[in-house]
This record gives sequence, C-alpha cells and structure tokens, in this order.
Amino acid sequence: MRRLIYLLPALLFLVLAGYFAWALRPGYDPRALPSALLDKEAPAFDLAALQGGGTLSRDGLKGKPVVVNFFASWCVPCRIEHPLLMRLAQQDHVPIYGIAYKDKPEDAARLLAQMGDPYRRIGLDRDGRTGLDFGVYGVPETYVIDRDGHIRKRFVGPLTADQVNDELLPLLKKLSAS
Amino acid sequence: MSVPRRLLSPALATWTAVARPFGCRARVVSIASLAVLAVSVAALALTALPTTAWAVQPWERLSDPALEARARTITSELRCVVCQNESVDESNADLAHDIRMLVRERLKAGDTNAQARQAVVDRYGDFVLLRPPVEPATYVLWFAPVALLLVGAAGSLVYLRRRAHAPGGPAPLDPAERARLDALLRDGDA
Repeated sequence: MRRLIYLLPALLFLVLAGYFAWALRPGYDPRALPSALLDKEAPAFDLAALQGGGTLSRDGLKGKPVVVNFFASWCVPCRIEHPLLMRLAQQDHVPIYGIAYKDKPEDAARLLAQMGDPYRRIGLDRDGRTGLDFGVYGVPETYVIDRDGHIRKRFVGPLTADQVNDELLPLLKKLSAS
Repeated sequence: MSVPRRLLSPALATWTAVARPFGCRARVVSIASLAVLAVSVAALALTALPTTAWAVQPWERLSDPALEARARTITSELRCVVCQNESVDESNADLAHDIRMLVRERLKAGDTNAQARQAVVDRYGDFVLLRPPVEPATYVLWFAPVALLLVGAAGSLVYLRRRAHAPGGPAPLDPAERARLDALLRDGDA
C-alpha cells in the first residue's frame, strides 16, 4: 500500500504525457473554433452582385446544396486556395458562390481576371456585415449550406486538398442525395 | 540612516553589497535604492493601467456616456477571436472594431446588456465570452478548484489526525540502556 505512493509521480507523468500526446495529435488546431451557426439557418443576406447586376442572397441560394466562400483580393491565403477552388468548379462542378469580404469591386474583379473565376456569382460585402453575421473571423472561410439554407460545415483558412477530398466533396454528395 | 534600510531590507541589502566595494557611502546608497524602487513601482503601475483607451477610436464612441459605458463593460468581457487573448475592447483588430460597432448599434436600438452580448455569442459562440457560462460542459472548469481544495483539505485532515493518534516519540529506554546512558554521562563529567 505504502509503495503505491512512490508510483504516484510516475503515474502523474503518464497522465500528463497522455494529455500532451492527445493535445498535440496531428490535424488538431487548438485555435480553431467550431461555428456557432453549425446546423442552424444561415444568416440572411442580400448583397449586390459583383458582375452582371442583381444580388446574391441566402434565399436565392436555397433549393440545392452550395458552397459559399468568403474571400478578398487583399488576402494572401485566398490566393493559395484559389487554384483548388478553380479545380472544384471546373472538374467537380461544385456550385461555389463567393462573398467578397471588405473588398473594393474593382480589386475583386482584378483578382478574378488574374487567377480565374471559380464562382457562379459573387456578392459584395463592403462593410463586412454579412461576414460578421456568419461569424467570419478571417478570410478565407468556406461554408457548406444545404438546400434549406442551413450551415452544415465551416472551413476556416485556406482549403486543402485533403479537406476537399475527405470532407467537402463527401458532404456535398450526401447533401445532394438526401 | 538605518531605518529606511531595514524597511527595504532584501533589495537594499543586495544593492548595498554591490555598491560598497565601489566606495559609495551608505546614505548615497539609500537614496539611489529609493530611486530604483520608485522607478520600478512607476513602471509596474504603468503596465497595470488599462490599455483600453487606445483601441476604442474617438469616432466609435457613442454620444450618450451611459450607453458608451455599458458598451465598454460588455466589450471588455468579450474575447477578440482574431487575437484570442485580447478583449474586444482592447484589440486593434479590424474584427474587434466591427464587434464594438455591433454592440453599440444594438445598445442604441434599445437592447439590454444581455441581449447585446447574446448577439455576439449567436455569431461567434460561447468562446467569445471571457467569463465562461456555468453549464454542464464547464462544470469541471468552475468547480475543479473547489473540489481539489476539499480533497486536499480532507487529505491533510486525515494525515494530521493519524499523526496525532500515533504512539508518539521513541520507545522508552529499558533498564540496561538507562544504566549505560548514565555511565556515559558520568564519564563526561569526570
């Protein structure tokens, strides 16, 4: 019985080491925040479209699952994810809609002229209010919204090929099937 | 001369020990020490000052001082999600500005403090609250310190009780040992 006390430090060490191993596991980002709006209805928005007049609105997107991507011409990581969005739009025919977050229309247009336009339509969120309603805390952020307008997934930061293949595409497939 | 030195003892003792070899007189040393102390206290006071005054821009402020004070109270308890260890009130991040404006807008529209705070929580989740709510998921956070204190107190109590009831001290000497001890003590006297 007394001897157990001498095992205590080793035991404590094991518990700590276990916790560290868990907290340092690959693919875990302690700064990542789950969206507060997960599985809730997306906040309403009705934004002037960048090109071709008209608007981009939540209610206009209902009826099919869509991907909504917050981006900005001044955002460097957005340029990193851009080729992936192009691939998604062209090869996988994913309906991607863009929201230009705190961006000037001419700057957003220039970015798309340079790097290609993966978006079916782009809404201009000049003052970042729609971003605020979505809980965006940095661009890029990517949301999957189902046909009823509910947010089903949020990706913070530039999308990676792994995220697209393992999470985004399967989820869209599931949402389209149901 | 020796009075202030005794009052400021540990820091001063080191300082005098350093200064003596250089031929400084004690009074000079005392004055220098006081100056060092004063500067350190001032520096400490400066760092303790709230840095809030620099993040909230003049044009963000509401004209109604009561509303503005409420806005400051609310935003100082909200976490800025960009620089996660600063409050929205202290942060210079763009997003913190947006949240400050959202809270002020809601207050102007007649929201209570709780409603305005909830507007931010609805968008960013409980994570933005620097003071987490008491709910099942945070019970460990809130109650673990008290629980650990109680466990520690109970452990100490058991330990102390047991020690008090244990047969105290070494066993008394038997006659042979007593005789030997006496002999040794006598030798020492001789």
